[in-house]
Amino acid sequence: MRLQAVLGAIGRQVLELLAVLGRFVLFATDTVSHMVRPPFFFREFGVALFQIGWLSLPVVGLTAIFTGGVLALQIYAGGARLNAEAVVPQIVAIGIVRELGPVFVGLMIAARVTSSIAAELATMKVTEQIDALTTLSTHPIKYLTVPRVAAGLITVPILVGVGDVIGILGGYLVSTQTLGFSQIGYLNNTYDFLELRDVLSSLVKGCAFGGIATLIGCYFGQNSGRGAQGVGRATKGAVAAAAVLILAINFALTSIFFAL
Amino acid sequence: MIRIHNLHKAFGHNRVLRGMSLDIPTARSTVIIGGSGTGKSVALKCILGLVLPDQGHIYCQDQDINTIKREAYLARFGMLFQGGALFDSLPVWRNVAFRLLNGSKKCSVEEAREIAVEKLRRVGLTPQVADLLPAELSGGMQKRVGLARTIATTPEIIFFDEPTAGLDPIMSGVINRLIREIVQEIGATAVTITHDINSVRTIADNVAMLHDGVIQWNGSVDQLDHSGNPYVEQFITGSETGPIAATR
Repeated sequence: MRLQAVLGAIGRQVLELLAVLGRFVLFATDTVSHMVRPPFFFREFGVALFQIGWLSLPVVGLTAIFTGGVLALQIYAGGARLNAEAVVPQIVAIGIVRELGPVFVGLMIAARVTSSIAAELATMKVTEQIDALTTLSTHPIKYLTVPRVAAGLITVPILVGVGDVIGILGGYLVSTQTLGFSQIGYLNNTYDFLELRDVLSSLVKGCAFGGIATLIGCYFGQNSGRGAQGVGRATKGAVAAAAVLILAINFALTSIFFAL
Repeated sequence: MIRIHNLHKAFGHNRVLRGMSLDIPTARSTVIIGGSGTGKSVALKCILGLVLPDQGHIYCQDQDINTIKREAYLARFGMLFQGGALFDSLPVWRNVAFRLLNGSKKCSVEEAREIAVEKLRRVGLTPQVADLLPAELSGGMQKRVGLARTIATTPEIIFFDEPTAGLDPIMSGVINRLIREIVQEIGATAVTITHDINSVRTIADNVAMLHDGVIQWNGSVDQLDHSGNPYVEQFITGSETGPIAATR
């Protein structure tokens, strides 16, 4: 009897998870379908570009510069055990561009943008603003989701590019100011070592993370429960889901690029 | 005419509507009264297609609403939400002109602003309010802005969800009067849901009492005080004893 209850509880959770997954896939499909059909809300798109792209620059820049600096120190310390301190510029560059740049930017976007989208849309849901949109003959996905997801798809790869440059700059500053590397030598080594495919993989990851972070924020926001608790749950759920999915997608994309 | 036939809606185990049927006549003001949680808002949302009923049909001018193109159907409606539901991120005039700027029949920005200011004037607000954000307005002003948005495109059918909720008696009187005047001016079919008996007496031509998910009584506002219906009598007098349990 007890075993039956436990299995029943597990079964309910699995079914609930599958239902959420199904609803999310339908939501994503709906978003893509609205993305290619007019009308387009350019004003909302402009606002989303500014909020997701421009206003995320400080947090992305700070995260990247510290990550680059720390990476340089750790590689230098580790490399010294094998007399391989000289590889700091190359490893910092490849580590930042291929992995840490996109992942940290993605996680920062999940923390800053996904949470704010989820909280804003959940509040709109609770205060009936989303119902009001519908009664004003405007599809909520078209007006609320499409501009944000489109802005995420465009701005996050740019943010990743900026983060990559600033991360490398962080490594450069630490290496040249405290580890005794020459300025020209460091930059030459970085430039010579990086390949176009490294940069492309970084930007593709940025695009995927931007899309998923904004889509999840919109999904959780528009499907939030009632009241302040509903808004809180939507925000928490959105950030957790976005962070986990970003790491999972990162693994999948890295595996694909690795195989190419 | 809007005809609601045998409407059922449940949320989990909570059966909110249990076979609600009601005819809403054209160009008349119908008020649906009933206690909290009796499904008044759910019924309105079913008519608008915001909530899908489990069973039953809704007809608008003898056409099942499921067979009408959604955008064309919604274009005939205006709705004033209980809390105003103004868009926080947009200034007042853009809220009022939302449908004019984003709907199928788009206006230029200048024209839309002009209409918005005119509608704001109609509900007793000065043009200076137009550039404020909704958060900078009092509750009464937000309701008026909501009302201006509702009538911006002169809809055929207007829904008012608890239009006086949260307002002081004086402001409630102002909103009730505005609703009465505006509905008559544009000749719209109006459906209001409220607990406020003063609103009922000011706004209504017809009154319907919803309880236990069905319409318990339906008649003209003049018959309200002599309905002979125990639900209506208890609701009007506010008595704790009667068929409506005070422990809901």
